[in-house]
Amino acid sequence: MLSIKNLHASIEGTPILKGINLEVKAGEVHAIMGPNGSGKSTLASVLAGREEYEVTQGEVTFKSKDLLDLSPEDRAREGVFLAFQYPVEIPGVSSTNFLRTAVNQVREYRGQDPLDAVKFLTLIKEKMKLVEIDQKLLSRSLNEGFSGGEKKRNEIFQMAMLEPTLSILDETDSGLDIDALRIVSNGVNQLKSDDKATIVVTHYQRLLDYIIPDFVHVLYNGKIVKSGTKELALELEEKGYDWIKEEADKATV
Amino acid sequence: MSKDNQILEEFTSKEYEHGWSVNYEADEAPIGLNEDIIRWISAKKDEPQWLLDWRLKAFRAWEKMTEPEWANVHYPNIDLQKLRYYSAPKQSKKAKNLDEVDPELLQIYERLGISLNEQKRLQGIAVDAVLDSVSVGTTFKETLGKLGIVFCSFSEAVHSHPELIKKYLGSVVPMTDNYYAALNSAVFSDGSFCYIPKGVRCPMELSTYFRINAANTGQFERTLIVADEGSYCSYLEGCTAPQRDENQLHAAVVEIYAAKDAEVKYSTVQNWYPGDKNGKGGIYNFVTKRGICAGDNSKISWTQVETGSAVTWKYPSCILKGDNSIGEFYSVAVTNNYQQADTGTKMIHIGKNTKSRIVSKGISAGHSQNSYRGQVQVMKRAHNARNFSQCDSLLMGSKCGAHTFPYIDIQNSTAKVEHEATTSKIGEDQLFYCNQRGIATEDAVALIVNGYAKEVLNQLPMEFAVEAQKLLALTLEGSVG
Ligand SMILES: Nc1ncnc2c1ncn2[C@@H]1O[C@H](COP(=O)(O)OP(=O)(O)OP(=O)(O)O)[C@@H](O)[C@H]1O
Ligand SMILES: [Mg+2]
Repeated sequence: MLSIKNLHASIEGTPILKGINLEVKAGEVHAIMGPNGSGKSTLASVLAGREEYEVTQGEVTFKSKDLLDLSPEDRAREGVFLAFQYPVEIPGVSSTNFLRTAVNQVREYRGQDPLDAVKFLTLIKEKMKLVEIDQKLLSRSLNEGFSGGEKKRNEIFQMAMLEPTLSILDETDSGLDIDALRIVSNGVNQLKSDDKATIVVTHYQRLLDYIIPDFVHVLYNGKIVKSGTKELALELEEKGYDWIKEEADKATV
Repeated sequence: MSKDNQILEEFTSKEYEHGWSVNYEADEAPIGLNEDIIRWISAKKDEPQWLLDWRLKAFRAWEKMTEPEWANVHYPNIDLQKLRYYSAPKQSKKAKNLDEVDPELLQIYERLGISLNEQKRLQGIAVDAVLDSVSVGTTFKETLGKLGIVFCSFSEAVHSHPELIKKYLGSVVPMTDNYYAALNSAVFSDGSFCYIPKGVRCPMELSTYFRINAANTGQFERTLIVADEGSYCSYLEGCTAPQRDENQLHAAVVEIYAAKDAEVKYSTVQNWYPGDKNGKGGIYNFVTKRGICAGDNSKISWTQVETGSAVTWKYPSCILKGDNSIGEFYSVAVTNNYQQADTGTKMIHIGKNTKSRIVSKGISAGHSQNSYRGQVQVMKRAHNARNFSQCDSLLMGSKCGAHTFPYIDIQNSTAKVEHEATTSKIGEDQLFYCNQRGIATEDAVALIVNGYAKEVLNQLPMEFAVEAQKLLALTLEGSVG
């Protein structure tokens, strides 16, 4: 479904991604871990099409299309969803209104009729249950004054509404309390299916107790320096990153 | 569901959509400005002598005045002698009611989306349609008449209700108030007149739609709204003009009088032609709007959405004379390309316990300049006066400017005046967030801007709010990315 080959990207002339290779197949869950500043969010942003990042080398195909060739909105409409590490506030625009615009633009792209108010509300009600989000939150301005956890939960709610094929969750677990972590993870698991894939960026093993990854990758200094199965996450939890850094640094010398 | 989405669904076109003009035979004054022209206009309207004298007095005062230069706007000098001061579509005979109005003229309004046909009109809005210098017709006159409400063209009111006109004309904006008000007093052509009698709550929105069609003609309307004791009305004004390369002058005067316990809500969506992308053409909009809360417990509320005009110079104000009276000003002013707007309000607290509230939202894009200028004045006698002002500016791109000029003058120590101001840039982060959810950039801008202006848009009657949101989106098209 997603194939990243030798991806290099820089921001304001500073190279951040230095040759990423990653294959994600339908039905799979990939976890990306790695120390702060290693480029995890950058990778997510580049996949989503953020313009500040310049792709200097490499290619990315998504459902056999050249992903890098598509505008950010078309990537979203094709089914790429990014749950932001830091969700953005939009004053004066209710979540409901925002989502209705988004859902209908995505539907239009996919050749579906727009949802009328009644159908839209039914959909909202159904998806709200998935992440146990409070209706009151949805009538407030998008993310404005939301607590950290509410913002994260709202991201997963949006994901449920938009039904993406590839979901990238950037540290969705940070800021969630223990119950919310379970609820949000359950939501993500229920949305999983054989024709969908998920990339979860996280620092903590505990999320992976709920969302069980098929593969775990370690990103360090703009490269994937180690890949493994879910046991790798446990090992990292125990030993930290130093041994991986050492290995990687040795390899580059 | 939401107003925003209706807009997004509706909005497709890119150009100023009311830029067309129609050729009709016109009854025109000769070009130029002098006493004879004023006599000509007055005679054309068959005015009584007192009104002609009033005009001439204003003209003589105006001749001694000079154009104000303090506003933060720049434009070449307007040669007032090269303008025409009266142009009216020729009608075979004077129409007594809408059925007699030339269908071609009615079509102009149909094309603007304003049906003057009462059956087709949405219930709840009465319209006075002003084309160039004259009113071509007013709807729902009879329905309103039963309640004693007078809603007709200004010219008609001069004949049907001379005592009211005589009493209130110039009572809020004196003829010598300022350069453009004096000019308007001398040459004003037509406009709307409303009178709401004691204790009557006007059951429908009263609205006037101004359309400039003729070239090289100044438009000088005069609107007078009088709300008698304990009455209420909501008045709306809309306007458009053809797309022309020359600049056109629009210098209107609006006066509102609120007696004891009366309330007037005045809303306008201003969409005069703003000029093209390079700043060529467009309307010069130099307008004086003022209301007086003359009686105790009265209230006047101004809501404006300013999207058009090349240059705007406009400060709807409230004189809070009655005790416990309230003045409000809600404004969204959008400028794009080379537009310039200097707009704001004046709240003059005279009575005790008077309150005012100012919410101004400026949005600047392109190379435009957007200034808020507001004055809050608390006079000696105004014990416990309260003012709250919120002035926000939103910038799109780096070539535009936003400026805030608040003036505060307090002569009573019990006054409480609060002023808050913010300036923000439309964030790349916000746009990207919208894009990532599948929303196209132009629609994202519309969404963000409408959210930003929500507090003001919420003040508008529903039908107008939809129109206003659509306009905001249209005005800002192409300003990002
Ligand atoms: N405008 C910029 N100019 C230079 N460097 C930048 C710029 N923006 C981001 N960076 C750097 O890019 C690197 C990668 O950042 P990124 O946000 O992708 O890290 P991350 O792996 O997501 O970290 P975290 O775990 O803390 O979320 C960081 O070192 C960051 O400082
Ligand atoms: Mg990150």
